[in-house]
Amino acid sequence: MTVNSQPGAELPLQSQENVVIRFAGDSGDGMQITGNQFTTTSAIAGNDLATLPDFPAEIRAPAGTRPGVSGFQVRFSSSDIHTPGDSPDVLVAMNPAALVVNIADLKPGGIVLVNTGNWGETDLKKARLAKDPLKDGTLNGYRLIEIDINQRVKEALTDSPLSARDVQRCKNFYTLGLMYWLYSRPLEPTEKWLKAKFGKKPDLADANITAMRAGYNAGDIQELFQGRYEVPPCDTLPPGTYRNVMGNEALSMGLVAGAELAGLELYLGSYPITPASDILHYLSGYKNHGVVTVQSEDEIAAICSAIGASFAGMIGMTSTSGPGVALKTEALGLAISTELPLVLVDVQRAGPSTGMPTKTEQSDLYQAVLGRNGDAPLPVVSCSTPSDAFECAIEAVRLAVRYMTPVILLSDGYIANGSEPWRVPDADSLEPFRVKFQTETKDFHAFKRDDRLVRPWAKPGTPGLEHRIGGLEKDEHSGNISYDPINHERMTHLRANKIMGIQREIATPEVFGAKEGKLLVVGWGSTYGSIRSAMEICLRDGKSIGAIHMRHMWPFAPGLAELFARYERVLVPELNLGQLARLLRSEYPGVEFISYPKVQGLPFSTAELVARFDELV
Amino acid sequence: MSDSNVTPLTKKDLKSDQEVRWCPGCGDYSILNSVQTVLADLGIARENLAVISGIGCSSRFPYYMNTYGFHTIHGRAPAIATGVKIANPELSVWMITGDGDGLSIGANHTAHMLRRNVDVKVLLFNNQIYGLTKGQYSPTSPVGLRTKSTPFGSIDRPFNPVSFALGSGATFVARTIDTHPKHMEKIFHAAAQHKGTAYVEIFQNCVIFNDGCFDSVANRKVRDDRTFDLEPGQPMVYGKEGDKGVRFDGFDVEFTDAANAEVWDPTRPTTAAAQILAELDADHEKPTAIGIFRQVQAPTYDGGVRGQVNQVLATKGRGRLEDLLKRGETWTVS
Repeated sequence: MTVNSQPGAELPLQSQENVVIRFAGDSGDGMQITGNQFTTTSAIAGNDLATLPDFPAEIRAPAGTRPGVSGFQVRFSSSDIHTPGDSPDVLVAMNPAALVVNIADLKPGGIVLVNTGNWGETDLKKARLAKDPLKDGTLNGYRLIEIDINQRVKEALTDSPLSARDVQRCKNFYTLGLMYWLYSRPLEPTEKWLKAKFGKKPDLADANITAMRAGYNAGDIQELFQGRYEVPPCDTLPPGTYRNVMGNEALSMGLVAGAELAGLELYLGSYPITPASDILHYLSGYKNHGVVTVQSEDEIAAICSAIGASFAGMIGMTSTSGPGVALKTEALGLAISTELPLVLVDVQRAGPSTGMPTKTEQSDLYQAVLGRNGDAPLPVVSCSTPSDAFECAIEAVRLAVRYMTPVILLSDGYIANGSEPWRVPDADSLEPFRVKFQTETKDFHAFKRDDRLVRPWAKPGTPGLEHRIGGLEKDEHSGNISYDPINHERMTHLRANKIMGIQREIATPEVFGAKEGKLLVVGWGSTYGSIRSAMEICLRDGKSIGAIHMRHMWPFAPGLAELFARYERVLVPELNLGQLARLLRSEYPGVEFISYPKVQGLPFSTAELVARFDELV
Repeated sequence: MSDSNVTPLTKKDLKSDQEVRWCPGCGDYSILNSVQTVLADLGIARENLAVISGIGCSSRFPYYMNTYGFHTIHGRAPAIATGVKIANPELSVWMITGDGDGLSIGANHTAHMLRRNVDVKVLLFNNQIYGLTKGQYSPTSPVGLRTKSTPFGSIDRPFNPVSFALGSGATFVARTIDTHPKHMEKIFHAAAQHKGTAYVEIFQNCVIFNDGCFDSVANRKVRDDRTFDLEPGQPMVYGKEGDKGVRFDGFDVEFTDAANAEVWDPTRPTTAAAQILAELDADHEKPTAIGIFRQVQAPTYDGGVRGQVNQVLATKGRGRLEDLLKRGETWTVS
């Protein structure tokens, strides 16, 4: 990133393949909005991109302190990318705390933009800094740009009718304007967004637009930077209509699509919990699609009301995170025993207990696959990227209604809040799987199975099919209560075999990279992007390495044993202490699975994966 | 809900083919009988009846009804019944619960169902004991009750189910007695007519673990003198000879003669009067109020949920999946 400075001349424009910016400030500074706007604008400019929001669990931790720092990382590129990047090229720090929390991640030689308007004695003290990091050598090796954004915004908005306090709230848009200038982005998309957002408060829209333009112009006038950059559009994206999508939104749309493809009304019972609440928010806004949402009194009521809705002929769903799944566990058993369709979305977060609610982890795999009383198997589907959440949600609904079973759909905080460009599928191209309710009364009983061992769905209101279901064991031949020992064993096998039968319609995962060789990497869930990026690097170096990514966490896809046999070693990186590795060991006892765990509430970096892969090949 | 083209049902039509397996002499038999009598009378098609229960002796109830039924998990019947009613508002949904199921493990859900006013009829079988787990004290057991888990006497203060329901904002609250089929049927009829949550506490005898728990008021020999029936718009008169009456004296209740009895109004703006009467059962010297404590109209939750969806559909039109997927900023790569 060396650029020759030519004072007085027009600043040089340099092309870059990809750039990572991290916006960091107080949780009240609007860094998430700033990051999202930069993302949307870059998406419209045709870049491939990936984002990583990182915010504290506290809504407003004490201002200026380290726990109050909120960050948003966006990577935008002219080539196909899979992660938000290991380390930023640019760090925007709105106060000393934001600087000190994030500086270690910045690339050597990277740009640090600090707001010196929030850099007084008290600001340093709030960040628990004895010395000023701008002066003590902390920033040696970086390119420091100091701007008093507080003052610049105040000057830009002298004519604004807003209060001094509200004027200061436009700081983030000044910063955004400056970044737009630096990376040659258009201002129009954000201006349009501001006008729409503050339609009824034009003063706010005007002030933010003025602040943003001031920031943009500052880049031109003040020679803060030695040059400007551009990141050309990504030309490897397949043709189509694109939008930027966050994981929770894609997942919510997938649930709506799934219900529509099944020909059913969607019922969501949910209780607010980080990081899953947005699914409740999105679906609550989709009432024009006939979606029914109920915010229940607790996690248990949420799933139970959804089970009631499924009994009555809707497709019941519930969305939560790990602690909520724990509470719903008994009810899941009821849905398994009564063989009612249901989709439970678990947006995983760091645990156990309350853990780190805003930090990501993949540590609910055991809970999803094994965590119930009795022998109680159910299908578990896991999404790997924000846009993949759409497809996985449809798959979860499909399995639920096709096999009359609850399904757990695993996402996590990284997918939920991350975003990426999504090639919007043609709604008409999605394959329907319409549910046919039982109406025939002859020889009916509620637990009579078809050739896939699936029982009929007979909903209340259907004449002649009146029947009772419940959590007590049922007689295989009549559906009535039975305590017969042999019958119970039969029924336990039937329920398990029904779920294992799903294997018939799962494809063996495709191998990326070497089809045989020294190392196979087995990934699942949100580690997809990091593993993919690391693989690309290793393959470029000619390493004998392949990778698969699992979507079906139970039952497993067929053909895995044969696949594992083609490699000397199998490595399982995951954001827990080795849960998938252990499940694989029990299913494929002849294979040596090497676990590569990480539990820091953060995704794998590409670099750490490359390093681990290199050790093994 | 009443279907005119439906062949009238008889009680027999509502009996399932399952053998009833409560203990001989259990109060549940007469409740089942009364429910079947009333439901057959309502003119509702059998397929539109759904009986939802939790766990406990009473919760076996759905298996004995030849309707749609769901025997769920402990305490959660209110949540499941809520989902059923929202999913199909055409159904007449009846929920069967007990003092342990509905007021201990499921008290939370009960309270929230009542405040929401979901259109479900709730029958709470109160026998002041855990029967299915073989005799532990329940949240309605009196202080001092000796049970397997309280060999030295219970030190828990009990819930009063009617007070609980009134305090939760219930729109219909009643109390009846298992040994009094005529009264039960009258109350069940009124509950069935109510639009919203109808909450009925039934004094129910457990012959095995708490026999005679309501004898002092429910025994046929003393019942007329020990209970008074709250009938909307009627004077609060009671006694074998119908010569006794009840009236309010400020925040107290005065037991007087029939001529001085006050007319009962379960539609008062506040629950204060109903609460005063509900709590009489704590005093074993005074008669206990049964009948209808509260009967007011309020919007139902299920109606509201469905109504809002319909309103959005009417104003915005039915959403197309394609438009949903393309919401927000899109761009084209060619």
